[in-house]
Amino acid sequence: MENLKLKALTKSIWVFHAACSPCNNCDIEILDLLTPRHDVERFGITLVGSVRHADALLVTGIPNYKTAERIKKIYQQAPKPCLVIAVGSCACGRVMFRESYNSPANLDEIIPVDVYIPGCPPKPEAIIAGIVKLINKLGTDTNFKK
Amino acid sequence: MKILFSYLIFPGFLFSALIGLMAAWIDRKITARIQWRQGPPWYQNFLDLIKLFAKEIIVPNQAKLTFLLAPFLGLLSLILASTILGKAIIFPLESFLGDLIVVIYLFTIPAIALIIGASSSGNPLASVGASREIKLLLGYELPFILSVLTVIIKSKGTIQLGEILIQQMNFGSHLFSLSGILAFLVAILCMQAKLGLVPFDIAEAEQEIMAGTLIEYSGLPLAIFKLTKAILLYTMPLFLIILFWAKDLSPLVLFIKYLLILGIIILIKNTNPRLKIDQALKFFWGPLSILAFIAIILALKGL
Repeated sequence: MENLKLKALTKSIWVFHAACSPCNNCDIEILDLLTPRHDVERFGITLVGSVRHADALLVTGIPNYKTAERIKKIYQQAPKPCLVIAVGSCACGRVMFRESYNSPANLDEIIPVDVYIPGCPPKPEAIIAGIVKLINKLGTDTNFKK
Repeated sequence: MKILFSYLIFPGFLFSALIGLMAAWIDRKITARIQWRQGPPWYQNFLDLIKLFAKEIIVPNQAKLTFLLAPFLGLLSLILASTILGKAIIFPLESFLGDLIVVIYLFTIPAIALIIGASSSGNPLASVGASREIKLLLGYELPFILSVLTVIIKSKGTIQLGEILIQQMNFGSHLFSLSGILAFLVAILCMQAKLGLVPFDIAEAEQEIMAGTLIEYSGLPLAIFKLTKAILLYTMPLFLIILFWAKDLSPLVLFIKYLLILGIIILIKNTNPRLKIDQALKFFWGPLSILAFIAIILALKGL
């Protein structure tokens, strides 16, 4: 039963795109990922409009003072278990905005991040590789099964 | 015991859920092939449901009790409709007087459940979705009932599914007459709106109002709504087959007819953009209602 649940979760990830003040490059790559060329619906991955339906948050960009609260709220609104995927170097580690006056914290200091996909922007193939690694990790993660 | 069996298992819940989920997969697969993609595997919809069952159920603070009851209301009434339809096909002589009216009423309840659930969730976007769903319901019910009326006139004024079936078995399908084909056309477009598919998925527009009526639902209630939609994808074409195209209802022929109607639905879905609510209302109350009236007049003339 537990295995079935885990398989159902990893085989049907509905993603919610939470743009956290990005420069839009990562967003465009995410849109590329969802186009027929890469066809992630093969693996049951679909983009949903409401965060209540989401199994994974695709976060792009650096959280600033305004979006930091909002990304936290969005994470709280998502039904658990909910994964967080940080797409792009900004979401992974703030790169050149680390010292910026309007960026209070890293993304993973605000919400727990499950997988980091670096790149500026990461290619769709890189995002797919990241998600595959995440799925493999979930298969061995006993903490997640409950 | 027999009633419970037919409600829960054979023409009822389990059977229609299986067929409905497979039909929903055919829909996704053909859509994917039209867009030059691979598409999901056949068990994808089952996995989606299992996943949703396992997830957390979030109830918003302002939500009323009806928020959680509404999905079950829709599902239970729809199962009843599919049981009546399945029974009517298997034993046409055992149907009761007026079951056509009962089925028409039961088919509106899923939409009403969606409206109740959305408006008790306390979300502004859900209330936008609910108001659109109400308008759409008012829009498509008129031509739909008019086209059903055509069938009633053509089968000598009976409101019993079994007699409509027997009438068609003896004198040929209603579809192959002028009034029949007009009414069938109207009914197919109304069915598209009842199923909430493009071009009439206005209440659930994912890109503009973020899944609209379903926005606050998560976990189990969302799964129930998805299941209701899948079962509707099985029962609505079946209803149209009973009304219009019931000369030969052996299982294989029935299955092929069902697949044909499903194909029409999917093609309409994939070749049209979403309408605005005012356009949809104008479409239903204007051209479609006029077509349905013409069908009624032709049926009264005996064509």
